Amino acid sequence: MTQFLQQMINGLSLGSIYALVALGYTMVYGIIKLINFAHGDIYMLGAYIGFIVTTKLGLGFFPALVISMAGCALIGVTIERIAYKPLRNATRITALITAIGVSYFLEAGTQRVMGAGVQTFPNVLANETIMFGDVRISTQQIVIFSVTIVLMVALTFLVNKTKVGRAMRAVSVDPDAARLMGVNVDATISFTFAIGSALAGAAGVLVGLYYNSINPLMGMLPGIKAFIAAVFGGIGIIPGAMLGGFFIGVVETLVAGYWSSLWKDAVVYLILIVILIVKPAGLLGKNVKEKV
Amino acid sequence: MKNWMKKENLLWLGLIVLSYAVLNILISAGIINNVYKTVLMTIGINIILAISLNLIIGITGQFSLGHAGFMIIGAYSCGVMLKSFVSGVPGVFLGIIAGMVISAFVALVVAIPTLRLRGDYLAIATLGFGEIIRIVILNMKITNGAAGLILPKAVSWHMIFWAVVICTIVVVNFGRSAHGRACISVREDEIAAEAMGINTTQYKILAFVLGAMIASVAGALYAGAFYVIKPDMFTYSKSIDILVLVVFGGMGSITGSFISSTLVSLLNTVLQQFSSVRMIVYGLALVVIMVFRPSGLLGRKELTFSGLLKVLKKGKGAAQ
Repeated sequence: MTQFLQQMINGLSLGSIYALVALGYTMVYGIIKLINFAHGDIYMLGAYIGFIVTTKLGLGFFPALVISMAGCALIGVTIERIAYKPLRNATRITALITAIGVSYFLEAGTQRVMGAGVQTFPNVLANETIMFGDVRISTQQIVIFSVTIVLMVALTFLVNKTKVGRAMRAVSVDPDAARLMGVNVDATISFTFAIGSALAGAAGVLVGLYYNSINPLMGMLPGIKAFIAAVFGGIGIIPGAMLGGFFIGVVETLVAGYWSSLWKDAVVYLILIVILIVKPAGLLGKNVKEKV
Repeated sequence: MKNWMKKENLLWLGLIVLSYAVLNILISAGIINNVYKTVLMTIGINIILAISLNLIIGITGQFSLGHAGFMIIGAYSCGVMLKSFVSGVPGVFLGIIAGMVISAFVALVVAIPTLRLRGDYLAIATLGFGEIIRIVILNMKITNGAAGLILPKAVSWHMIFWAVVICTIVVVNFGRSAHGRACISVREDEIAAEAMGINTTQYKILAFVLGAMIASVAGALYAGAFYVIKPDMFTYSKSIDILVLVVFGGMGSITGSFISSTLVSLLNTVLQQFSSVRMIVYGLALVVIMVFRPSGLLGRKELTFSGLLKVLKKGKGAAQ
């Protein structure tokens, strides 16, 4: 039982990171139906920005978090303007290949600039372990979890209660109708990219703090897993991405803990395939009949 | 059968024989040394991979990101065969056959559930399957896990040349057959094809399995030609590399795949020392192609002798 609780706590910490990245995927997919393959690399860039801010500028954790979120938002919007905007009316496959290209470019570019090797992320927060009975929780895990929850609450508020959020929801339902109603569609899409990328940037800083090591390819696998999390919860649905992120994180930790860490990725892919076959709209999604 | 001896087919046959002869002469004369011979073999293997994926993406319109999964099946079938059972050229042949059988079976298992999905969902599901295949091989005993297999060289460039010829003939003829036309109709409009009485699922599965089998041939040849195979050489990045070849040449164009495979393999050789620059160029090229010319170099057009003859005739007509 203790071991199970311990695994759950580790799983929820990892799941928080997946959930933050998954939110970006799901928002972008919801609004322009694009699997933004480069999203995992924005998360990687977030970690690198955090790394530079803490080591070169000597700032603390929270300034690093904020600067990294702002930086990633800027990068996300730039990518959207340069690479995705010209393809607004292209087929989805064309857009997907473009996203893969952007992903390659970001990975290789970071390798070129920062070196291909692993960098050590500084320990910017005091790391103490708190014992609850036999279950250990580190202060880092508490920070990760609380930052994630705060960001999720803020996002939910933004999407549901503000004017921009209403515009985002309108564009995701029907861009043309939204445009007729006076919504600035391009600005709304850019704003969605900014928000999604900022969340990925936050996840990058948190993961740097958690694992203490970052490298230019660190975004590939978590990127795909976060996408799987988004699909699991129902792509385009914000609470679904949160649920999916926590679920994938917990499953992965449990498989690694009780079975073998060699198989944990295979299990996650299997979950993806099962959910796609059984309920392609995701756990919280509704089936939409295709019209001819 | 009647039209088999058409002028165009004879011209293609002539081109094949001529290029084989020219390559033979260049190699025996030492103009193509061992370094270039390796490049030549890479080009051949890349062509097979590109046309096999082109069959799935270009002709049938099903977007697969798990192609490396079938390549790894072929590579390990051949590798295990060479290492543990039969060595030399017979081992390669047996390995190719074993790889084709296994990958056909796996492709069937993958295809039946996933090909119900469309577009980008299909892409992600096949990516997942490709990675699962790799992880299974990574965890098997006979494949020596993450360390991979070190193999004797058993494949010469002659074998690769003829494999390219055979695979190309198979894919081109499939594309022109009744089945191939059914696949093209699925690509153009799935709902309309279904309304015309075409069993779309069946044709999608057919193309997927055939493409997977050809990819496993490429994997087997790779294992026999390049000494080392490891599971982490066949991650989904490899699938994306193959996709780049198809997209760059033009989805649906076999001659486009030939040109792009040759160009990209040569570019890779030139940029080998600067691997990160290579990836930057790759990424930028993908974005630029998609933004400015999403149909690739040739689009769906083919370079053919009949086209060439037409152009020549037109030129003559204009001159007169």
